[in-house]
Amino acid sequence: MYGGGYIFDEPNKRQLNEEQLHDDPEKLADFEARIARGEKIEPGDWMPSEYRRQLIRLIEQHAHSEIMGALPEGTWITRAPGFKRKLALIAKVQDEIGHGQLLYNAAETLGKSREAMINDLLSGKSKYSNVFNYPAETWADVTVIGFLIDAAAIVNQVANAKGSYGPYCRALERICYEESFHLKQGHDAFIELATGTPAQRAMLQDALNRWWQPIMHFFGPPDKSSVHSEKLMQWKVKMASNDDMRNQFLDTYVPKIWDLGLTLPDEKLRKDPDTGKWEYSDPDWDLFKKVINGGGPCNQERLNVRKWAETHGRWVRKALMNPKDRIAAPVA
Amino acid sequence: MENQSLDPRVNRLQLNPSGEAVTVQDGENWNVFEVFHQEKRGAHHEHVGCVHAPNAQMALIFAKEQFGRRKKCVNIWVVRSADILAFSAEDEDMFANNLEKTYRDASGFKVMEKINKYRKSTRHDEE
Repeated sequence: MYGGGYIFDEPNKRQLNEEQLHDDPEKLADFEARIARGEKIEPGDWMPSEYRRQLIRLIEQHAHSEIMGALPEGTWITRAPGFKRKLALIAKVQDEIGHGQLLYNAAETLGKSREAMINDLLSGKSKYSNVFNYPAETWADVTVIGFLIDAAAIVNQVANAKGSYGPYCRALERICYEESFHLKQGHDAFIELATGTPAQRAMLQDALNRWWQPIMHFFGPPDKSSVHSEKLMQWKVKMASNDDMRNQFLDTYVPKIWDLGLTLPDEKLRKDPDTGKWEYSDPDWDLFKKVINGGGPCNQERLNVRKWAETHGRWVRKALMNPKDRIAAPVA
Repeated sequence: MENQSLDPRVNRLQLNPSGEAVTVQDGENWNVFEVFHQEKRGAHHEHVGCVHAPNAQMALIFAKEQFGRRKKCVNIWVVRSADILAFSAEDEDMFANNLEKTYRDASGFKVMEKINKYRKSTRHDEE
């Protein structure tokens, strides 16, 4: 579903540490020249420690988001309206878990074990996408997630797939292919409600009203308040600014929503015909920070479900464990 | 738990009542296997990614779920990542083609020029 872990660091932490940039200058020059030529970086290559650190965080939090993102939708599998919707939802949730596996593997090539990543998720040290700390109250919420959150995720992932780290790009290529089905099934379920009975339309409108703010939060704080991430852009870790991605999302999807006679809870929302940029009211960024730091309506429940799964699957994993096995990292 | 979940199943689980921290031990997620899939009969097996599994048999089952559930796939190989022997990425330059080795390439042999020259000369003689 969604990545973009870099949005979660507090601005002062995002600033690159000068000392860490003082890796071997000759190797650094070769590394930067390789990226400038459009070549990929592979696991065995020399890379600046800051590049490695930022990528581990980005890919790890992307992986967590896939796993945690399956939870709000997963709760609706038993209550999906009809057999076809149930089948599609099961397939989508399975895909999201699969995406998590692909991404954990990509992060592991950088030297952090999967167990260490899971422990950081369970302890609250690493974050995941903020949207999944909100509840899916009705079936209409599931259609809004499947259509709009996945659409936003695709904007982000398509950008990241052009990044510089080979294993991450390869994982994203596969993920984007599967996401196209997610978007389509979400759109289909969304349209069914939008073109349905007055009660169905009202339910959808209600879900849109509740999800709009989290969706506006999705791409992270505005560029003006974030520390210059020029180095991460140069290293092709960050491929587009938060505001640019948000604008791209609004440009594609707001007209599709308005076209159906639905409204969005922001009176300022409009496209400036001169600049081509979207204008909107600033979402509540204090709330965003509060929810990230554990104060959202579902943070506790999500983590508890994850911990439950970990504890209750343990005996199976232990029974199959070979104590003599020497663990190796993925090769590519 | 303070807030009741919207999902009745989650409420029935009575999640983490003690609030204890959960920690995964090193190695609990098993070892890593590289996965190669074959898209169709006659094609090469291609590397597509990896899975965590306790042994090769389980790795095959997980690889089928992970890499065989969408696009066409007729066969899968798995091999322990630790058993892959590879050159160092830094040694990439040893694969660089030496210009003096064109005798190894098909393009290093140009016969048409000579044939044309010969044809031209023989036609000339006939005239």
